[in-house]
Amino acid sequence: MSVEIRNLSHIYSKGSPFEFQALNNINVTIEDGSFIGIIGHTGSGKSTLIQHLNGLLTPTSGTVLVDGEDIFNKKKSEMIQLRHRIGLVFQYPEHQLFEETVQKDVAFGPKNQGLSEEDVNNRVRQSIKMVGLNYDEVKDKSPFELSGGQMRRIAIAGVLAMEPSVLILDEPTAGLDPRGREEILAQIKSLHTQKKMTVILVSHSMEDIGRLVEKILVMNAGEVVFYDSPNRVFTEIETLESIGLAVPEVTYLMKRLKTKYPEIREDIFTVEAAKDEILKVIRG
Amino acid sequence: MTMEQKVKMIEVRDVQFVYPGNNENESVNALSGVNFHIDKGEFVGIIGHNGSGKSTLSKLLNAIIFPTKGDVIVNGLNTKDHEHLWDIRQTAGMVFQNPDNQLVATIVEDDVAFGPENLGVPSLEIRERVDRALATVEMQAYAHQKPHQLSGGQKQRVAIAGILAMEPECIIFDEPTAMLDPSGRREVMETIKKLNRDKNMTVIHITHYMSEIINADRIIVLDQGKIVMEGSPESIFKNVRALKKIGLDVPQMTELAYELRNAGMDIRDNILSIDEMVDALCR
Repeated sequence: MSVEIRNLSHIYSKGSPFEFQALNNINVTIEDGSFIGIIGHTGSGKSTLIQHLNGLLTPTSGTVLVDGEDIFNKKKSEMIQLRHRIGLVFQYPEHQLFEETVQKDVAFGPKNQGLSEEDVNNRVRQSIKMVGLNYDEVKDKSPFELSGGQMRRIAIAGVLAMEPSVLILDEPTAGLDPRGREEILAQIKSLHTQKKMTVILVSHSMEDIGRLVEKILVMNAGEVVFYDSPNRVFTEIETLESIGLAVPEVTYLMKRLKTKYPEIREDIFTVEAAKDEILKVIRG
Repeated sequence: MTMEQKVKMIEVRDVQFVYPGNNENESVNALSGVNFHIDKGEFVGIIGHNGSGKSTLSKLLNAIIFPTKGDVIVNGLNTKDHEHLWDIRQTAGMVFQNPDNQLVATIVEDDVAFGPENLGVPSLEIRERVDRALATVEMQAYAHQKPHQLSGGQKQRVAIAGILAMEPECIIFDEPTAMLDPSGRREVMETIKKLNRDKNMTVIHITHYMSEIINADRIIVLDQGKIVMEGSPESIFKNVRALKKIGLDVPQMTELAYELRNAGMDIRDNILSIDEMVDALCR
């Protein structure tokens, strides 16, 4: 499923003294099956932007096309159908768990889609498996008995159970420990590679963005600063720092090493790639 | 500081903590056999996966909860002596993860004044304390702003100023950067380091970001309610495999050094920072 953002602007509280332009003429195309990262400091417009993609917010001007269709030019029933296809996982999604059991919580979405009980159960089973939990072990538990990382995964399963074609995640690893982060990111990556899902990941971790995504959308003050491959974006260290961002630690290292080893590559964002390049250039 | 001058800020003696359940099977042993002390002026990092007992420990140090067994002594006062409760909480201030949950007033300087007001500090002195605290976290320019207009990093600095205005001897930071963007994280870490370095504040920093504690005096590693490692950052982080096994991580530069060593390169195993890595590779 492709998503095209066309001349999109959003002004909060327009006409009041609190008027605030959160997005200013955004034009971005997200191709079907791609993995996009969105970075930008707090208040740069990231969350406002993603809430337009499934119609939670209505643009002040401009629009969003999903598979070529204008989502804001639709009847209410069609809009609801569309929301099922674009799954949005909010920050701290576990705060939205509310049912008595894990089974019921994950079933809430597909049930509202009007599916038969059998279909709902199949989807619940599958989506719990997709987030790496054992269905039989967790289905009858209260979501609130689970660990933080498990609760987060159940909340993501609740969105997956709607079988979205596009999955948008707003800082899915915030507050998790290193293993919890690693597990969630591995699952997201496999949804992209195996289920061919289009994934949009909002993150403050340049390291995670650097090793996962194909393209990075950099936002500042409601505008797009860059929309390009990690190679291109992470070599713009000065611009990124001037808007409160950074590059992965290994990228800083490579830049420093270049003064002594002019032939060393700077477009390196992962420990793995840094290791290979250092072995090649420095050990010879 | 020489050995003789070291003064204990916090002592944890053989502490066990059990969260009670409806019956014995449901009670959870969150900490057991925990022993350590923290000297005045020290910067100690505490790491451990979610559920390892870190937050339970921080609540014990701040006398929010009390040990099931053993003793917690803060600046010479046992948290079990309830008459000292307020002294202890004033001595060991706490800063939490979510900045929005910690600010109560509608104006920044009122928020900072909230603590000393409740301590019954005379109003002229409150004024001085608030100004001093805001200056320390470099937020004087925002004294008359509304907290909700600030960035995440600025809100956390105001929360820190609120604790400073109570003049604690020690501050416990419980994942203060977990919700911040890169610049917010940098601002808050610089503030914490400055408090320790310039004001000799005792700092206990609980975090999931290993790079934040590479300059700590000491790191304590918790797993399943027990201390499993304790020592300098160099001595802790070189145990890459052991840390990963208990769900933790190491700083990126340490991981790179580990990978390079595994590939046969002659490089030391206790590298923590970019500077150290550059030195090692550009000899």
